[in-house]
Amino acid sequence: MELMLLYSVFNGFIVGTFYALMALGLSLILGLNGVINFAQGTFMALGGYIAFTLEPYVGFWGALILAPLVAVVVGVVVERVLIRPLYGRDPLFSLLLTFGLAMIVEDLVRTIWGAVGVPFSLPNYLNTPLSSSLFFLTGYRLVLIAITVVVTGALFATLRYSRIGIRIRAGNADLETISALGVNIFFLRAANFGIGIFLAGLAGILAAGQLGLSPDIGSELIMPSFVAIIVGGVGSLVGSVLGGLIIGIASGVTAAFFPAAQEVVIYVIMAAVLIVRPRGLLGQEGLFE
Amino acid sequence: MSTMIRGVAASPPRRSAIGRREIASGLIWLLLLLVPLWLPAIGGYTDLATRILIYGMAATGLNLLLGQTGGLSFGHAAYFGLGTYGTGLFLIHVVPSLPLAIIAGTLLGGIAAVLVGPMVMKRRGIYFSMITIAFGQMFYFVAVRWNGLTGGEDGLTGFSRVPLHIGSRSVALGSTGYYYLVFGLFALVMLVVWQILRSPLGHGFVAARENATRLRFLGVAVERQIWASFAISGFIVGLAGSLDSLLVNFTSPANFQWQLSGEFVVMCVLGGMRSFWGPFLGAVIFIGAQDYLSSVTQNWMSLIGLIFVLSVLFFPNGLLGFIRGRARA
Repeated sequence: MELMLLYSVFNGFIVGTFYALMALGLSLILGLNGVINFAQGTFMALGGYIAFTLEPYVGFWGALILAPLVAVVVGVVVERVLIRPLYGRDPLFSLLLTFGLAMIVEDLVRTIWGAVGVPFSLPNYLNTPLSSSLFFLTGYRLVLIAITVVVTGALFATLRYSRIGIRIRAGNADLETISALGVNIFFLRAANFGIGIFLAGLAGILAAGQLGLSPDIGSELIMPSFVAIIVGGVGSLVGSVLGGLIIGIASGVTAAFFPAAQEVVIYVIMAAVLIVRPRGLLGQEGLFE
Repeated sequence: MSTMIRGVAASPPRRSAIGRREIASGLIWLLLLLVPLWLPAIGGYTDLATRILIYGMAATGLNLLLGQTGGLSFGHAAYFGLGTYGTGLFLIHVVPSLPLAIIAGTLLGGIAAVLVGPMVMKRRGIYFSMITIAFGQMFYFVAVRWNGLTGGEDGLTGFSRVPLHIGSRSVALGSTGYYYLVFGLFALVMLVVWQILRSPLGHGFVAARENATRLRFLGVAVERQIWASFAISGFIVGLAGSLDSLLVNFTSPANFQWQLSGEFVVMCVLGGMRSFWGPFLGAVIFIGAQDYLSSVTQNWMSLIGLIFVLSVLFFPNGLLGFIRGRARA
């Protein structure tokens, strides 16, 4: 029983890290770019599929590094060509555009890699359980957690201490002022978008190794990421990570004891948060009110 | 308040423009009334026209919130889907009565909107969108997972358009008969929306969109305006969903999916969110294009996505906005 509970909490935690990475990227883009990037999920799927294609040539570790970068290149081009013309206009339009983009890319993925899911092969030494009693503890899952922790830590350090990070945070507070102070906000927004897409691409590869790949993996994972942001609170990156882990674990535990409600439970949590604390656990007061 | 509105209406008489508009809408009603006569001649079929009316009704209902009140809902497929399931389940489990089943579906969608409203009405802009998307997805998973009731991923079958009982006579509804039933309800919805937009409530919706802060200083509860708009649009979209399930005698979780929510929004944008006939016109274009594309290519999903992207980049004011801009220039 305890093992079952531990197993389901751990499973949920793993899925929660994907939600957290996705939500973190979405939050960054929502903050500075003022865009809900609905295509975040398809960038994630793209990352996974690119890694799938590259893996035979560069190996797992090579794919892990290269695939997010390829996704970033695509993302920056998309930002430049499609999203930049929409800054300053009704947010309706950028959301609608990324909706359309998500449909296009999902269809392309289906055409290129097939409608049926493909398995993503991991190196053998990562796939074996570390001990027989804790059968769910594989090397890959530990690597996955380690990578997530390192990347998240690096992101927070960058935002806290580096020049570009400080500018991104300043831009969140008041874009017009930092523009007047001579910061190139077009570059800044493109860079910020790129960072967000990097997180999506990374989540894509990590999730591919865990869940396998299918064309709709992106739209499956993006919805919980929205919930993660709402639960954690808009405007708080720590909140997004926390929200992702909470709903991941909640969903994992529910999957073990009442499988039919494993998805619905995260929306129930969202509704509860919206009723009790509308701005989310760590959200800023007065944002989007 | 009413004197102020009357004052606005009476300001500069532009008789020619108003006359033209009335002729245009008269022409639309005439064309719609005669659809079964002329549509087959240009290669269409009556069920397609029925679908256009249904989606046009849904888009018009959504636009009350989206275009008039400025609440960017990307989750209205939820109320459409609830309308379809409400009607189907009512026909299967309660009574095989067409009018009651339509009412049941409409109520299910509308009441859900009434309940979700308070959780979203305090938020603005993109945050509002995000919460509505997420709630939409919640209903999707309920439909997928509650297998015993909803039939799960396979969808709900086993109900059909039962004959309509008028007095002691029983009238079976074929394609044309059902078209006129939908047409009647469509006309009713358009009339209601028209009346709302002319009423103080409708002016309140527009005011909430244009300047919520000022409205609040005037002592108006802006949140309640948005809630009202959300609820009314939910009832209308629920009715549309109900009619859709009776058109195809089937419903599935696809009616809850985010793609459908996006399609409703794109219809409003394509036709023009700021005009009365815009959403309906958008539905004509969109459903027409979808019907054609899905018959010629497998990759119609990317082409629909392309319609989203192109309409945002080149047609942000919609077709009617574009025409009006031309007329002014």
